[in-house]
Amino acid sequence: MPRNIQLDGQGRLRHFLSIEGLKRSLLMEILDLAESFAGVTEQTVKKVPLLRGKTIVNLFFEASTRTRVTFELAAKRLSADVLNININSSSAVKGETLLDTLQNLEAMYYDMFVVRHADSGAAHFIAEHVLPHVHVINAGDGRHAHPTQAMLDMFTIRRVKGEFAPLTVAIVGDILHSRVARSQIHALTTLGVNEVRVIAPKTLIPKDVETLGVHVYHDLRRGLRDADVVIALRLQHERMQGALLPSEHEYFQLYGLTEEKLALAKPDAIIMHPGPINRGVEISSSVADGPRSVILQQVTHGIAVRMAVMAMAMGSMPLGEGRAA
Amino acid sequence: MRLHVRNGRVIDPANKVDAIQDLWIADGRIAALGKPPADFRADRTIDAAGLVVCPGLIDLCAHLREPGQEHKATIASETAAAAAAGITTLVCPPDTDPVIDTPAVAKLIQQRAQDTAKARVLTLGALTQGLEGTQISEMGALKAAGCIGMSNARRSVANTLVMRRAMEYAATHDLTVFLHAEDPWLSNHGCVHEGQVGTRLGLPGIPEAAETVAVARDMALVQQTGVRAHFCRLSTAQAVRMVARAQYDGLPVSADVSAHHLHLTEIDIGDFNSQCHVLPPLRTQRDREALRAGLAKGTLRSICSDHQPHEADAKLAPFAATEPGISALETLLPLSLRLVEEGVMSLPELIARLTHQPAELLRMEIGTLSVGTAADVCLFNPDEPWELVPEHMQSRGRNTPFAGWQFKGRTAITLFKGQVVFERESPVRKK
Repeated sequence: MPRNIQLDGQGRLRHFLSIEGLKRSLLMEILDLAESFAGVTEQTVKKVPLLRGKTIVNLFFEASTRTRVTFELAAKRLSADVLNININSSSAVKGETLLDTLQNLEAMYYDMFVVRHADSGAAHFIAEHVLPHVHVINAGDGRHAHPTQAMLDMFTIRRVKGEFAPLTVAIVGDILHSRVARSQIHALTTLGVNEVRVIAPKTLIPKDVETLGVHVYHDLRRGLRDADVVIALRLQHERMQGALLPSEHEYFQLYGLTEEKLALAKPDAIIMHPGPINRGVEISSSVADGPRSVILQQVTHGIAVRMAVMAMAMGSMPLGEGRAA
Repeated sequence: MRLHVRNGRVIDPANKVDAIQDLWIADGRIAALGKPPADFRADRTIDAAGLVVCPGLIDLCAHLREPGQEHKATIASETAAAAAAGITTLVCPPDTDPVIDTPAVAKLIQQRAQDTAKARVLTLGALTQGLEGTQISEMGALKAAGCIGMSNARRSVANTLVMRRAMEYAATHDLTVFLHAEDPWLSNHGCVHEGQVGTRLGLPGIPEAAETVAVARDMALVQQTGVRAHFCRLSTAQAVRMVARAQYDGLPVSADVSAHHLHLTEIDIGDFNSQCHVLPPLRTQRDREALRAGLAKGTLRSICSDHQPHEADAKLAPFAATEPGISALETLLPLSLRLVEEGVMSLPELIARLTHQPAELLRMEIGTLSVGTAADVCLFNPDEPWELVPEHMQSRGRNTPFAGWQFKGRTAITLFKGQVVFERESPVRKK
């Protein structure tokens, strides 16, 4: 196997591109550090000085609101300077390649890029071509990975459930196009949950997905049985084109999360969603707003988790904390 | 130039020759094999002891990038690379810019190749005008201009009726159609095999059925029209089985495979290695084994390079945004020799797949050392170890996934029409 470019010579986090290939101990370190930052959001002075003097660029080639905002807040609470650059497709029309864009920005001395891009592998590509002192965080690349989203989901699960080993986790929806699902699967299997299930019609299940260590269900009711955690994925409206699904109506009937179907899950099961939600498509309003939903907590936890990832990648740990490999 | 090639291991599969023999060349042709012709005085004697002497290699698919993409490569640069690789005949597909759908373009390419005089360049004419898949091309004129077959390159002829008519019209002119088997709706802008690697990396996949559906459709049309058809660069085990079955049934079909599909699989993509971005995509180990078996059995009659030289920038982007293809002329022979080393087939069988079998598909009297034929000869040292360093490649394109591979066997001298067009400095001594 090729060396993991996410890690430095000592096995420490240098870039955060994908959950795949990272050890359980490193993921736990991220969660533990995020836990220590979670208090910061509740303090009156909402800042720690870990990244003072550092400049972080949010480089978004794809529209995003929550992810970009939580990255920005996370960076500011670490006392870093933040620049947001939204590059739409018109730059590509002008003929500037991704590498050109990158080299122009690097000439301005930045310390970290937080990248979102429509192409799978874009964050890897950037990490391979940045100057040695620059760190790259993947904020979503094509269908490949969205590792900070997966880690904030893990953070939320651990806060509610305590430990991972006994859990059965069901991921429902468009697995085929979902970078979130791929990163969640890697995180859950690395953290050692009992079982990961993916639930969708065959048109939305990628080929050979079992090789990632999941069980495939096409029947929602069977897949939800005795689940501890149920994660609904966003269904993009454009999936109705291209013969993947007949209609949103039928999808909701068969795969939409409702109180009635969730009765099959464990009584204390939690309901998660990476957002933004389509009410009445993948999830009913009563479930999304109901007592078992932790959807808004996920958003809050995004800040602490992103602070942890940024601090670790930049090599700045809080005082007194060691860096176990 | 009169040449005497001494003491080489002459392998000429067409004539069932595999022996230490001498070879004499005069006036650009093979003058004699084994016994010297009367009153022969060589201008030069080549000591070929330790070398294999075989017909110059024939590559059924090499993109030379001229006309239209001279920033990637030119006919001059790539025929020189071919000479360095022991390849003396290159078949150029019609997706140049402009497309080879008029005699003028075909003649331009042939003229450029003649000017460089490093290798023979044969052209395939466009099966449909502009490769657009709607109007059949002027095949009569293209044949008269030297095109040795018709092809729609990598563009699909989506309309089945147009494909039927094109095949009928090609058959009218006794032309072979060279088919790229791909259903464009099923491949759906994919860039890797639809399988575990595509799933893991989140890259859009091209299913096996994209190839097999197209093979099945075209095979039915071959049966209907009686045209001679050659399936280029098969990538799946299932397609090899379909071709074998059709050959058993007596259909006039043949097929080839690229050298890289005989060695790489989807696993080699690793973490988005764009040098492994090729079309058809690298598939599974099971497919690779079936391609090797199909080659050994003779279902697949030829190994091609599918040479696609690129400028460096073409591979510097996220995987799906990079251009597919490998600069492959210089790895055709070494990758093929690995098949002998790995026990897939014998050396004479392998050389047949690189010489007279593709020549038969082209219906040309090349690819042999028969007395009186053009003296296209490849001399290679089968034991020479070397490492592929992209910076040392002769091709203008340095895009290869085989950088750093250790090979055994390397071209020493290449003769094209009796002229030395390539000679490696160190291992061979002049006399």
